Amino acid sequence: MRKWISGAFFIALLAGCSSNPQQSAPVEERVPSTATTPGSNAGAVTGGTTAPGVGGTTTGSAGSTNPLRDPSNILSKRSVLFEYDSFTVPDQYRGIVEAHARYLQGNRNTRITIQGNADKRGSREYNIALGQKRADAVRQLMRVLGVGDAQIETVSFGKEKPRNPGHDEAAWAENRRADIVYSGE
Amino acid sequence: MPRFLRLLIPLVLLAFAPLAVRAQLTIEIVGGAGTTVPISIVGFENESSWPLGITGIVGADLSRSGLFRLIDPSGIVPRPARAEDVRLGDFRARGADAVVVGSMTSLADGRVDVRFVLMDAVKQVQLAGMSYAVTPQQFRATAHKIADVIYEKLTGDPGVFSTRIAYIAKQGSRYQLHVADADGVNAQTIVTSNEPLLSPAWSPDGTRIAYVSLENRKPVIYIQSLNTGQRQVLANFKGSNSAPAWAPDGRRLAVTLTKDGGSQLFLINADGSGAARLMSSPSIDTEASFARDGQSLLFTSDRGGTPQIYRLTIATGAVERLTFDGSYNVSPRASPDGKGFVFVRRDGARFQLAIQDFATRQVQILTPGPLDESPSMSPNARMVLYAAEQGGRGILAAVSSDGRVKQRLVAPATDVREPAWGPLQH
Repeated sequence: MRKWISGAFFIALLAGCSSNPQQSAPVEERVPSTATTPGSNAGAVTGGTTAPGVGGTTTGSAGSTNPLRDPSNILSKRSVLFEYDSFTVPDQYRGIVEAHARYLQGNRNTRITIQGNADKRGSREYNIALGQKRADAVRQLMRVLGVGDAQIETVSFGKEKPRNPGHDEAAWAENRRADIVYSGE
Repeated sequence: MPRFLRLLIPLVLLAFAPLAVRAQLTIEIVGGAGTTVPISIVGFENESSWPLGITGIVGADLSRSGLFRLIDPSGIVPRPARAEDVRLGDFRARGADAVVVGSMTSLADGRVDVRFVLMDAVKQVQLAGMSYAVTPQQFRATAHKIADVIYEKLTGDPGVFSTRIAYIAKQGSRYQLHVADADGVNAQTIVTSNEPLLSPAWSPDGTRIAYVSLENRKPVIYIQSLNTGQRQVLANFKGSNSAPAWAPDGRRLAVTLTKDGGSQLFLINADGSGAARLMSSPSIDTEASFARDGQSLLFTSDRGGTPQIYRLTIATGAVERLTFDGSYNVSPRASPDGKGFVFVRRDGARFQLAIQDFATRQVQILTPGPLDESPSMSPNARMVLYAAEQGGRGILAAVSSDGRVKQRLVAPATDVREPAWGPLQH
């Protein structure tokens, strides 16, 4: 322990001696057109991601009739928060999930992604799996309510995209979450 | 404390040697081995004719390993350059057990002949002698090769100074996959993304890196060729695709896919074809790591109620639980020497690295935490590179697999994480 601390003192010294990284010209991400897409992989990479919010906002003026965007409509609520180490949709969020399930049943061509998240503690890859489990829990409830799998994709960001970057229990609680995102949003 | 003072010497050398200035990552030794080999490295004949020398890099490599202590040869005149010039008594008198001398000579074609000999000052024998015809651009690589030879002769293990490391650097909202020499120098940007990158994994031949990117708003596994810069999709199935681990033959990878429900382990060919489920479980199975022989793999599973480490024998499908102590043991990485595995354990709120022996099941805690993660072993199994946090920022650190030697790799103003130690270069 003592040695770690004394070592830390020199880091500042050494860091000061270091110039900026000497890097080769940054290699930009390869556009997927150069990628060879294995035939068996369903859903190959599409060129770049759509900017969030570009789709779905065509009725964007105030007084929008899009129920997904109407702040007074329960469908505008998209997040399900989970207890620590829990993968059950808490009772207070069941109403939200049920509302989205009803909407999906009335709009069979509409697709959603449920994005699971985890708090920052622990292994990155294991947290991907934990986030996935939360997304899957929301999907399971929607299944029970009659929504078909074709309308839902569940994915996980693990701890990589925290909504609250803080280091306390309040932040962690906010990051143990699954978000419902409609296709095109 | 004499031990502390001893640490100061290499630190000061590192701080003022020109080689450290260009470093993306700066490495400091923060803890030493119990015993070190005292070695005297004499500046090579004519070395000062070139701006970048060789012996400074050799000495930095060796002292950074924590297993060597540099003995200053200045004052020994004339300065020996060949085995027959060395009066070993002069070096013994300074406490050196090993001596390195050498020379550098311009060749007609513009290359430089670099040659050295390593001598055992105690037994009074020559242990190694090599020569290289190289361009000045290859001096750094040549120095690492010389350090590898010296390390192997004096410790019995292959040196890893010529290997490379990969890691993720985050600056603001930009993520980059970097590849650098094992001493942090010559960092190259391989991939840049505005979305998180994680889990880089070297192919066994060191020509490709598999990694996970969230650029498509979900985890997708890519493989990037370091030679051509070409990228291919390894796995982009419905759901999440993550945790790539190369099989030792380099033809297949184990990955975690959720396409059939839950996080489950699959084998997939390196061209992305033939994804086949390894196991079927109602639990989380992820973080595969192949054993050296490719016959089994370690993985993390919560099938017992808490995340623990298991071993799957691929041919039989037999699964055996390996960790029992504590309620959170994750991120297993099989040791390249086949003897055990390194992993992350949680003790209360503290995440620490530990190493477990297959035969004895004995567990040794390697690091103090509090937020240590993503272990990756050096190809000679002597060091473990991992991610730690310091002042709210990610840094890389390394610890010897006996827990005695400790280093930090620090990049100014950059969050670094997800290190992966590349294979031996052949």
